[in-house]
Amino acid sequence: MEQHFLMGNEAIAYGAMHAGVRFVSGYPGTPSTEVVETIAKSNPGNIHVEWSVNEKTALEIAAGAAMTGARALVTMKQVGLNVASDPLMSLSYIGVKGGMVVMVADDPGPISSQTEQDTRTFAKYGKLMCFDPSTPEEAYRMIIDAFEFSEKYGAPVIFRPTTRICHGCANITFVEPKTQSDDYHFEKDPKWVIFPRLSYQNHVKLENRELEVSDVFSSYSCNSVTKAGRKGIAANGTNVTYANEALSLLGTEATLFKVATPYPFPEKLALDFLSSVDEVLCIEELDPVIERELIFLCGKHHLSVNIHGKLDRTTSLAGENSVESVRKWIGEYLAIPVTPSSTAITDAPKLPVRPPVLCAGCPHRASFFAVKEAMKGRKGVFCGDIGCYTLGNAMPLDMVDTCLCMGAGVAMAQGLHECDPSTVNFAFVGDSTFFHTGIPGLINAVYNEHRMVLVVLDNSTTAMTGHQPHPGIGRTLMGEVSEKVSIEKICQGIGVKHIAKVNPLSLTEAKKAVTEAADFDGVSVIIFESPCIAVTKPGPMHVVNEAKCIGCKICIKKLGCPALVWRNNKAHIEESLCYGCAVCTYVCPKDAIGPENATSMKGGKA
Amino acid sequence: MNCLLSGVGGQGTVLASKLIARTAMQKGINVRTAETIGMAQRGGCVVSHVRTGDVIHSPLIPLGTADLIIGFEPSEALRVLPYLSENGIVITSRKNIDPVTASLSGDTFDADEMIACLSKHAKTYAIDTEAIAKQIGSTRVVNMILLGAALEAGALPFSFEELAETIKKNVKPQFFEMNVQSIKAGMKVIADSRLKEEK
Repeated sequence: MEQHFLMGNEAIAYGAMHAGVRFVSGYPGTPSTEVVETIAKSNPGNIHVEWSVNEKTALEIAAGAAMTGARALVTMKQVGLNVASDPLMSLSYIGVKGGMVVMVADDPGPISSQTEQDTRTFAKYGKLMCFDPSTPEEAYRMIIDAFEFSEKYGAPVIFRPTTRICHGCANITFVEPKTQSDDYHFEKDPKWVIFPRLSYQNHVKLENRELEVSDVFSSYSCNSVTKAGRKGIAANGTNVTYANEALSLLGTEATLFKVATPYPFPEKLALDFLSSVDEVLCIEELDPVIERELIFLCGKHHLSVNIHGKLDRTTSLAGENSVESVRKWIGEYLAIPVTPSSTAITDAPKLPVRPPVLCAGCPHRASFFAVKEAMKGRKGVFCGDIGCYTLGNAMPLDMVDTCLCMGAGVAMAQGLHECDPSTVNFAFVGDSTFFHTGIPGLINAVYNEHRMVLVVLDNSTTAMTGHQPHPGIGRTLMGEVSEKVSIEKICQGIGVKHIAKVNPLSLTEAKKAVTEAADFDGVSVIIFESPCIAVTKPGPMHVVNEAKCIGCKICIKKLGCPALVWRNNKAHIEESLCYGCAVCTYVCPKDAIGPENATSMKGGKA
Repeated sequence: MNCLLSGVGGQGTVLASKLIARTAMQKGINVRTAETIGMAQRGGCVVSHVRTGDVIHSPLIPLGTADLIIGFEPSEALRVLPYLSENGIVITSRKNIDPVTASLSGDTFDADEMIACLSKHAKTYAIDTEAIAKQIGSTRVVNMILLGAALEAGALPFSFEELAETIKKNVKPQFFEMNVQSIKAGMKVIADSRLKEEK
């Protein structure tokens, strides 16, 4: 069969398409985003694919689609599942007709997330079958299986890769795609309406299904026990590859239990494993899911097998594992001396630190700076949110005092002000985040008469995750032109009495708008409208007039723009980075910065 | 083969790693890669791991086992040096990129110091990619120059023709000639330095 070199998320997307998926929805979030994007790009034409407004909505429409008998896929990152958990918990009881896979990408580290929550734990809590692939190849095959299991049991299932699966690439061998009819109908039935009596009955069914599927999973091909000696290792996901690599580097072997379905746990297979070893080392990231299951089984079946892992502090409690950490644990466990894998370089000069920063020309920098300048000498608290603009917390802007989860800043500002009215309370929210979960918080502010300033940073895209369209853009993922949902009109409709729409790159006007909003007694909204540099053409490149520059460094110190560097005791603008936002021209006390020449425009970046 | 590519967000490391992987795959070689991206795309460090061979377990290269480091920036090449195997080689750009924090604190660093440290610990080819890119007329060909150098150093499991074929298939046609020219320029640097060594 055909071989393709694909990223894990692309492999998952193709797996879903080859499983005959008819409906795909999601909300962008690293490391899950590329699945929906790949399906949109490679759509054979009969798949509806969309970026939904948030994860809850994405899951609900997918549930509706699956109730007609169509196969549906919904994707999100692990914290997105928190937003979607309400419908998913109930859907677990109600079930579906067509196969429905909830793809939730976990992020050990975390590399780009707020929490290190483990979706395997959620799967058990929600009584949802869970698939945990170990490589991109396996992910491709396993998502096809996940659709089969979902349809067979009429239940939504969780498919849970981690970052290394999502963003790793490998050769994938395609299977023959499944052809499905396009003839789906919703059949009215009381079973689709959740009522306490039905919930009771379905709860009993769920508990019985756990036992049944546990047996089926014990012979599922992706779960395996490879016997080699009385020392056991249990691992999941990419940890299986680390364990194999470590064993081969150490030149040894052990009995390996690979767990691809953490819920329902394959008990019979686990007992086969436990009966063939004296001791087990569990290698997992995030929660000790396998470790707890094995300890439980040892208790249940009176087995005298010692289980090591996170709970007895043998392995790391948090963060991502690596071949090195796994080799160290296995070496200690098998009493094999581990020679250092590389000689430490002790004479290296100090390496530069590269924290992520707002891009040169980013309109968020201007927005934060305008608020900072306007609030000089006044007490203000600045609630941030999730998106590129979280980076506004870095020096020198230092404009993010809180960040919790998507949409939280809007609401937190109200609580902060109620108990500490001595400050002006700002909340910053991006355009996509405003639509995602920002609106209820704003309604609450108007309804409960809180005093706050909401700053909507409208850059016409979902920037942090790679520029996905959203309701305010007027274009869908299917490429169709759609109604632009107006943030301003939403605010008007909610009843906000003070609304200003300003281009933050016009700093003087922007500052004035902030002062007026901060003085307003009630809820005020500022919409800072200026597109992300990735979705717009650059302005004229700016240069420093060296004759005028006195080397005061004010431009560098106030803005923290990556294009502004210090060279030969003068400020200098990096040609390759400048996007011509001209914000630096406002801060220079000597008027030493200006466009290179008024007519020349920098060429577009490919 | 284990090859590590390291640089700063926006330099084209990911494309370079994809080209290596796809060219190897075209030859029927089994490939696995991993990218460390996430928030790093905003001017942070970017590392790509490319592994080829019959059996590849981990997507990440274990420390001390890389045959080749391609550094898009000298301090980033040095940062991943512990991954290099005893006989591995380093191919790096000479051009340093100061982080924004360096401009704020005035805490810049010396690229030559980084290269000196690399050379002390490993067979290192430091390439003046900036000058070559200027000759070619684009700042965006640094990745191709470095790929050419790696190719000529014998560190990649395929030929120039095979790499060019992959570029033809995967990169916009209007950039094909410029990319090929850049690869050849990178190859020439290594060939020239080899001649010098022989003398």
